[in-house]
Amino acid sequence: MARTFTEGSKAVAETVKLCRPNVIAAYPITPQTHISEELAQMVANGELKAEYVTVESEFAAASVVLGASATGARSYTATSSQGLLLMTEVLFNISGMRLPVVMTCANRAISSPINIWNDQQDSISVRDAGWVQLYAEDIQEASDLHLQAFRIAEHPEVLLPVMVCMDGFILTHAYEPVDLIEQKEADAFLPPYQPQYYLTPKNPITFGAMMGPESYMEARCQLDRALCGSTRIVEEVAKEFKKRFGRFQGALVDTYCIEGAEIVLVAMGSVISTIKEAIDLLRKEGVKVGLLKVRCFRPFPREAIKEALVGAREVLAIDRAFSPGSGGVLATEIRASLQDVKKAPEIKGHIAGLGGREISVETIINIVKDRKSVGIEDRFVDLKEALLK
Amino acid sequence: MEKHLFLAGHTACYGCGEALGARLVVDAAGPNIITTDATGCLEVFSSRWPQSAWAVPFIHSLFENSAAVASGVEAALKALGRQGEAKVIAQGGDGGTADIGLQCLSGMFERGHDILYVCYDNEAYMNTGVQRSGLTPYDSDTRTSPFGKVSWGNRYLKKDMPAIAAAHGVPYIATASVAYPKDVQAKVKKALSITGPKYIQVHVPCPLGWKSDPALTIKVAKLAVETGLYPIFEMENGVVTKVRKIPRPAKPVGEYLKLQGRFAHLFKKGGGEGEVKKIQQIADENIKKYGLLSEAAEKVAVEAEKE
Repeated sequence: MARTFTEGSKAVAETVKLCRPNVIAAYPITPQTHISEELAQMVANGELKAEYVTVESEFAAASVVLGASATGARSYTATSSQGLLLMTEVLFNISGMRLPVVMTCANRAISSPINIWNDQQDSISVRDAGWVQLYAEDIQEASDLHLQAFRIAEHPEVLLPVMVCMDGFILTHAYEPVDLIEQKEADAFLPPYQPQYYLTPKNPITFGAMMGPESYMEARCQLDRALCGSTRIVEEVAKEFKKRFGRFQGALVDTYCIEGAEIVLVAMGSVISTIKEAIDLLRKEGVKVGLLKVRCFRPFPREAIKEALVGAREVLAIDRAFSPGSGGVLATEIRASLQDVKKAPEIKGHIAGLGGREISVETIINIVKDRKSVGIEDRFVDLKEALLK
Repeated sequence: MEKHLFLAGHTACYGCGEALGARLVVDAAGPNIITTDATGCLEVFSSRWPQSAWAVPFIHSLFENSAAVASGVEAALKALGRQGEAKVIAQGGDGGTADIGLQCLSGMFERGHDILYVCYDNEAYMNTGVQRSGLTPYDSDTRTSPFGKVSWGNRYLKKDMPAIAAAHGVPYIATASVAYPKDVQAKVKKALSITGPKYIQVHVPCPLGWKSDPALTIKVAKLAVETGLYPIFEMENGVVTKVRKIPRPAKPVGEYLKLQGRFAHLFKKGGGEGEVKKIQQIADENIKKYGLLSEAAEKVAVEAEKE
């Protein structure tokens, strides 16, 4: 294992290379671009033996990895924002055909207004596409998650695509010390993909058949069962990763200072690090505050969340995306998870950090301190009233 | 019974030209292929679970991505060192090819994937109930280009897909018709012997959409060729190298149009003669452009008879 000081995108590309993908297809979009550029260079240098398909759109990128995965190739793509939305139709198709594609989503805001900066509206908007969604807290985790993602996706009980979500710029363009795994160790953790069913004249089968009212529901139900069942595999793979490489940043969820916490903040992605700092400061002031990090958003780990939040008096959810007309998506899901809990904590939703607006340690401290003065409706944090007139 | 790779028992309509076209293509290609298909009639009538008419590996993904999925299949075969295992054939209807799928097809052409793309051209969106596409012929009455008090039907000319393919530097381009099955199959075989992207557009009558007698599918298809409305040719490295000659004199377009309800309005409403004339002009231009007329009428007729 070698520690290097590197950019998030580079660390991810290095880890994707360790996974030995056979086919890569990607289309440029900020802030994902550095990842696909790094991979293109590795292929050009002969360091990575993969077919790199320079497609004409993200829609084609997703379609190419769909075809490649169905042919038995380990396949990878990366995108952000509008690119992910352009892929939407294919995303549902990839999961419906149970193809273990892995994708990096460098999270970015959605147009209009056009905005290239970070929030998580892109991946949250495709939460119903049938993919496993994992959210990284820092560059190390973003990097490690890719090795885990292929293991989860290709597990015979899962056979579903996995989206590794990392906050655009905050993680893709930042530099941090990262421990990179040796190829030999990576190979031992992630053996070559052995597809059960794939396109070959040796066993001609039909992919993407039509299903009528007499069978469609069962196919969809099987997808749901596989996705729900993948929680066990996500946990198993995180544990094995810890055993082999000594690193563990949570499986389905992770917690910080949650023992005896009366107030629990819930969030996903890079804001987790910020929240941890805020908690350290608040704890020194005697505020009994803790953190629940949701690492796996799909499948939504209801049980793990319930377990972590039972006993808390107040839950403060922080969403970096929202469902217009409804509210924070994470907040809504947390409420649903706790609806059958007796003496359930009061849940307040906060929509923050949209379009690259900074969520600082101070922002978090204010959310905790102002909590009594706000209602239970999800609220937008740090709004500039002057711009709303 | 003859062994086919596109099997009987599918749910296509009587006289479906597309089903015949698909069978001719995969039978000519043989078992060592992987096929993709766009959403459309072909996919619907051939792959309703738990049955499949495909005795070769087949994948249907979406309406507009047959060429991109095929690109992924081809890239995977290369990456896994399995190129020798199968040739890749992408398929789509005229809408899936010339309209919604054109971007993916352009990408496939431009990147030079070793794929044969086959467009089954039945000249409208038949699966959704006969709406016009970019390959619907002039004056055709469809549900979205209807004949009406102030309309003669489709106002646009067929998009020139072979020219679009040629502009991408596609080394082998051909048009064909199910009226000439041996020609379709020879072209598929020839295409598969060439490395790189290939494009074949097969004219496939749709009795439902064309409002023609299902028993006359082959006759109608033949007339499209013999009038000059559907020129049959091969283009290699950007140059037309071979055309299917038609007997001299070419049949008037009316003979073709009258067999189809989609053109019936041209023969009912006063003023239709002028429109028929315009369609005759399209045929005449094709005849001139591709040099379709034979020198000796009898020889061509005899050759055509053999098929």
